[in-house]
Amino acid sequence: MSAPLLAVENIGRRFGGFVALESVTTAFEPNKVTAIIGPNGAGKSTFFNLLSGVLAPSTGVIRFKGRDITRMAQHRFAHLGIARSYQITNIFPDLSVHENVRVAAQAFHARYDIWRARAALTELDERADAALAVVGLASRRADTAKFLAHGQQRALEIAIALVAEPELLLLDEPTAGMGPEETKGMVALLEKLARERTILLVEHKMKMILGLSDRILVLHHGRLIADGSPQHIQADPEVRRVYLGQNDGYA
Amino acid sequence: MTASTSSVAAVATRPTNRRGWRARLILWRVPLSILALCLLPWVLPSMALATNVLIYGLLAVGYNLLFGYTGLLSFGHAAFFGAGAYVTGIAIAQFGASWYAALALGVVAGGLLAFVIGILSIRTRGIYFSMVTLALSQLVYYTALQAASWTGGENGLRGFTVGQLDLFGWTVDFLDPVTKYYVLMVFAAAALWFVSRILNSPFGAVIEAIRENETRARACGYHVERSKLIAFTLSGLICALAGTLLALHLAIVPLDILHYQTSGMIVMMTLLGGAGSFFGPFVGALAFLLMEDVVSLWTSHWQIVVGTVFILFVLFLPKGIWGTALAWEARR
Repeated sequence: MSAPLLAVENIGRRFGGFVALESVTTAFEPNKVTAIIGPNGAGKSTFFNLLSGVLAPSTGVIRFKGRDITRMAQHRFAHLGIARSYQITNIFPDLSVHENVRVAAQAFHARYDIWRARAALTELDERADAALAVVGLASRRADTAKFLAHGQQRALEIAIALVAEPELLLLDEPTAGMGPEETKGMVALLEKLARERTILLVEHKMKMILGLSDRILVLHHGRLIADGSPQHIQADPEVRRVYLGQNDGYA
Repeated sequence: MTASTSSVAAVATRPTNRRGWRARLILWRVPLSILALCLLPWVLPSMALATNVLIYGLLAVGYNLLFGYTGLLSFGHAAFFGAGAYVTGIAIAQFGASWYAALALGVVAGGLLAFVIGILSIRTRGIYFSMVTLALSQLVYYTALQAASWTGGENGLRGFTVGQLDLFGWTVDFLDPVTKYYVLMVFAAAALWFVSRILNSPFGAVIEAIRENETRARACGYHVERSKLIAFTLSGLICALAGTLLALHLAIVPLDILHYQTSGMIVMMTLLGGAGSFFGPFVGALAFLLMEDVVSLWTSHWQIVVGTVFILFVLFLPKGIWGTALAWEARR
């Protein structure tokens, strides 16, 4: 086993009296795709928000490449090499598709520069176009982002995350709200990305996860109840009881 | 500047002609604004009105940087306008400062005040942000009201008439309205160039991203609060410059300048013209002051008419005069 990219020890999060996530300890190796599943309210989104700095954990430690990042401000996560997408589409609606991605790339070059012209940063234009090509949106670069179809907006969000060249990509339900055709396109994109990146994703669509993931974590009532290969998870009686049983159609 | 802006045009002209038309408008926005300002006194009914449009237009441009481009609705921008005016007036009246030193002091003081009010208000969001900026600007208002020995209190600040401007051996007659207008215009033009430069810069892209989606901007790696504070301070600097120009123009500083009605008027002008567009605020100031000028000839209740027009705009043309014109042009 190679050194973990991201490791969490006993992390938990309470909201008042409600325990959303309870003492999870695990580690993620580089270049693997890990899926996090669990019924609604299992703590998946909380877990993701802790890993991307949106929320600070109530207990425990998060280490990225051995460095303690538990209390780090959220905007610094992108600079460490952790990028994320959101469950609800989160783009810059009134900017052009190209500008959406270009401004994301700019965060690593010029954040407070008021003197240069932004167009002088030509390298960013190229990187934005490259990221758009990866997700298949190159032809829509000049369009206003809010006029894209839902699936295309989700793809744009992935381009925004990709242009940061993240070492760790966190995807929160990348196929949420998508029809079968759009889902197929997204799965193809994720398969392409999975070859060279460390990806953590939250998903509901079982069939897709089984084909895509190297490893699956199962959360239930804020606890980690299973962790293993897709075959292992499918055979786990506890998992079948709390989760898979409800999704016979997918499994 | 030329090399970088021409590449803006090169990138933007590629797709269609119509986009090219827009790109050229953006490229030429500063020279076009200056041209319009040069012509303004000769198309408006009075020189006084033209001077007011110049000063309040600049004020709205400064406000638009924060409201239209960063997406923060401040209800306290009268504080920076007033700070610029009072500090300039006090520097001349009490300390006998030269006009350019007074002008520089006014701008710096307004910028500093914006920095402090920004630090205190930016931690809040939405309506709370508006309320905190309103409360803090009221604090500035009451300070000016109470410190009457410095500010003249309710009577306003008087006694600092600048009759002529001396610089590098040149003397300009500042009592002649036409000369005065063009002197003030030089400063407004410089400020417009500065604002255009900011909007064109990488930082301009950051504040637009924050306006569009704060959460996403933060996840992309931007320090949202710090960026907002910079935008707030820059906006305050421009508004303070407008204040110093008003003080030099009127040779008095009325206390009203700090009143929350002034803050409200700034918001109205910006919305009327079109928030988030370069020319919008000037168009809004022009429309507002022209309405005031024309309607007040006919009734002293001109605010009813202007208020009604404003409400109609918010309801039916929320992009304002210039914003709507741009949208029509894009759809045609």
